Amino acid sequence: MAYRSRLAFLLSSSTRRLATMEAAGNHGVPSSCRRFSWWSSVQPAPRDPILGVTSAYLADTHPDKVNVGVGAYRNDQGKPVVLECVREAERRIGGQELMEYLPMGGSAKYCELSVGLAYGEDAQVLKDKKVASVQALSGTGAVRLFADFIKRFRPESEAYLPMPTWSNHHNIFRDANVNQHTYRYYLASTRGLDFEGLKEDLKKAPNNSVILLHACAHNPTGVDPTPEQWKALSKLFKEKEHFPLFDMAYQGFASGDTQRDNQAIRIFLEDGHQLACAQSFAKSMGLYGQRIGCLSVVCDDAAQATVVKSQLEYIARPMYSSPPVHGSLLVATILSDSDLKTLWFKEVKDMADRIIGMRTALRKNLEDLGSKQNWEHITNQIGMFCYSGLTPEQVDRMTQEFHIYMTKNGRISMAGVTSGNVKYLANAIHEVTKA
Amino acid sequence: MESEPISSPSAFQHLMQAPEDPIIGVTTAFSKDPSPVKLNVGVGAYRCEEGKPYVPQVVREAELRLLNDLSRNKEYLPITGNPQFTGLSAKLIFGEDSPALNQKRVCTVQCLSGTGSIRVGAEFLAKHYAHKTVYIPIPTWGNHPTIFTVAGLEVKSYTYYDSNTRGLDYEGLLRDLNAAPSGVVVLLHACAHNPTGVDPTADQWKGIQKLIRGKNMLPFFDCAYQGFASGNLIKDAFSVRLFAGDGGECFVAQSYAKNMGLYGERVGALSMVCGSESVAKRVESQVKLIIRPLYSTPPIHGAAVAATVLGDRELFNEWKADLQGMADRIIHMRQLLHEALKARGTPGDWSHIIKQIGMFSFTGLTKEQVAFITDKFHIYITFDGRVSMAGLSVKTVPYLAEAIHIAVTTVLE
Repeated sequence: MAYRSRLAFLLSSSTRRLATMEAAGNHGVPSSCRRFSWWSSVQPAPRDPILGVTSAYLADTHPDKVNVGVGAYRNDQGKPVVLECVREAERRIGGQELMEYLPMGGSAKYCELSVGLAYGEDAQVLKDKKVASVQALSGTGAVRLFADFIKRFRPESEAYLPMPTWSNHHNIFRDANVNQHTYRYYLASTRGLDFEGLKEDLKKAPNNSVILLHACAHNPTGVDPTPEQWKALSKLFKEKEHFPLFDMAYQGFASGDTQRDNQAIRIFLEDGHQLACAQSFAKSMGLYGQRIGCLSVVCDDAAQATVVKSQLEYIARPMYSSPPVHGSLLVATILSDSDLKTLWFKEVKDMADRIIGMRTALRKNLEDLGSKQNWEHITNQIGMFCYSGLTPEQVDRMTQEFHIYMTKNGRISMAGVTSGNVKYLANAIHEVTKA
Repeated sequence: MESEPISSPSAFQHLMQAPEDPIIGVTTAFSKDPSPVKLNVGVGAYRCEEGKPYVPQVVREAELRLLNDLSRNKEYLPITGNPQFTGLSAKLIFGEDSPALNQKRVCTVQCLSGTGSIRVGAEFLAKHYAHKTVYIPIPTWGNHPTIFTVAGLEVKSYTYYDSNTRGLDYEGLLRDLNAAPSGVVVLLHACAHNPTGVDPTADQWKGIQKLIRGKNMLPFFDCAYQGFASGNLIKDAFSVRLFAGDGGECFVAQSYAKNMGLYGERVGALSMVCGSESVAKRVESQVKLIIRPLYSTPPIHGAAVAATVLGDRELFNEWKADLQGMADRIIHMRQLLHEALKARGTPGDWSHIIKQIGMFSFTGLTKEQVAFITDKFHIYITFDGRVSMAGLSVKTVPYLAEAIHIAVTTVLE
């Protein structure tokens, strides 16, 4: 609307309002003020690139539709799964909890168990009580707490995120007003790690930068550094005095072994780094909607850990006061009971194995179809996602011609692949890539 | 080959210990106190006559229903939350026959209790609203100014409480809001003002409405006690429905912490009443962008419990009766405390204890008197003299009355 006509509109509408107010006798409140809105200029927001995929899938009525968009585990029937260990934990706590407020930093017992899992029970930093930990709202909440913390206490620090990374990482650091940059990570030509590019970029970054690392099962690429590469990175971090922030959303889910999936963290700890870890139990315990995670920060000593924890709590207080109780009880029940913990280990390994099986099957199907492309990356990559290498145009064709839903960057959620749809998926990929 | 451990100091060497939260700090101190006669009337959590935390029976029932329903899963909710919950929650506060609801002008999103709802609303205002200032009442819940400030709004205040009458300073309120610029955000407690327990009358609400609408201010309601104040859900929604029903816009933050005893499950909702349906749709799309980088999607459990209670006729009626019971017990405690102080001849007018409403009584005790009471009697009260009536019982009222009496007669103002 041009300035003059908008002004005219406002003037005429306020004249109307005045007239209505006088006439109304209704305590002077106009009856038609709904014509005026403070939010008239609010634009429709762009759809979330990941969550928008599922809504599009749900709206599709085609019988063969496949959702390999959002990263939530499905069993071989394509159905969501609630783990047995979780069902049992729920039965145990059902009707028992008092629902009182947790402390601002969440359940202390839960945090202790959580970091024990993340760092390894025998981690020296845990024995020395050097770790500040707070319950967080899953991985998102943990990263957000840390981003706000950095903004407050190390405002001069720049954050570096791998290219690519989970799209919400960028949103989090942006909303926390932390300066963010990217470092090279994925090499399209090999569909693997751009290790040289990564090292160069981290060397070029100013000292004392905060570097976001995916502890395992990198999202969206599925490409992880080898242990040797992690060790080399640890040395580089020392030289540059960089601060490692590990985002660990798939512990146990990547290789099936929780103490193998955290090896990057253990390598950095052995080298004496003080790091932070944002953990999520969404995927590895199937607790997606419970929003249960943990942010931990390794400090100089126990006294400093207390101080850091108090400051993290101070950030949580005006955000949500205290985190939700239910998910913390589930995780704590499972991790503190040896039978349930053993059951969980088995169940998470089963999930990881099914995904590894689907990777093998997808690759084999493509090769059997006579595809000329190299599909090794499907089995080289690890975790929930496969960075297929499909272009946005090819992804569009997958959706329009085959009703297969994935994110525009070509990321396929392997958890959505089943023995029932793997052939169909392979065929579609072959069709759009064979030209 | 082993590498040398790092010897550089922590990146957070320079941090100081954060200040204790003034409200939560009281409970922390209470839990550390070994005295057998200690009494916590600090944090606002309802206690039954035996002084124990109370989970309403309907909530237990709802939980068991959910537990036994094996068709349920733990998938992510949409960013805006559980749609059954948000729909029922909006109906609860605005009324089933609300024109704003029927016209689809309301965007309701599930948030983390009252705190989370206010934070999301504040972030939205900081990003999209033309006037980045919010006026909050003096006094208000301690966390309010922090939430708005952290979200990026300027916080100013308006007169609310009259320490002489221990009631509402209505003239002062009107004066201060009249002097405020047009268009600013005004925080209002829907009912059972925290910490004072002092609410405007229906006529005073209408006067406030006239002023606010006349100056095109945006009302932002904090509604944490619907049903808990008078015992009646509809009565307690009067102020919100007055504003939502006049065609104007407003924000409403709801919490189910107290009225459903769901404290730790963090169940709440933010409703944005907009000028039109199309605006409400766009507002919804934008508020999702605020929520996604905070915590992505809200937690499932508490909202599922609340939706079960709200959506089942029998459970809902049982809940209403329970609410009336909780409110009545609190009103009874107020009467007992008032009588006890009168019986002792404690100097001062203590009628405000029975005039104020909701969980809290703003006793008028000074900081020094509060410290004295905590020190000598192991009774924990927030430094502003706010007593949680919900933390009292028939047994403990006399003890508190005694403590107040001695404090008032010994520790002079």
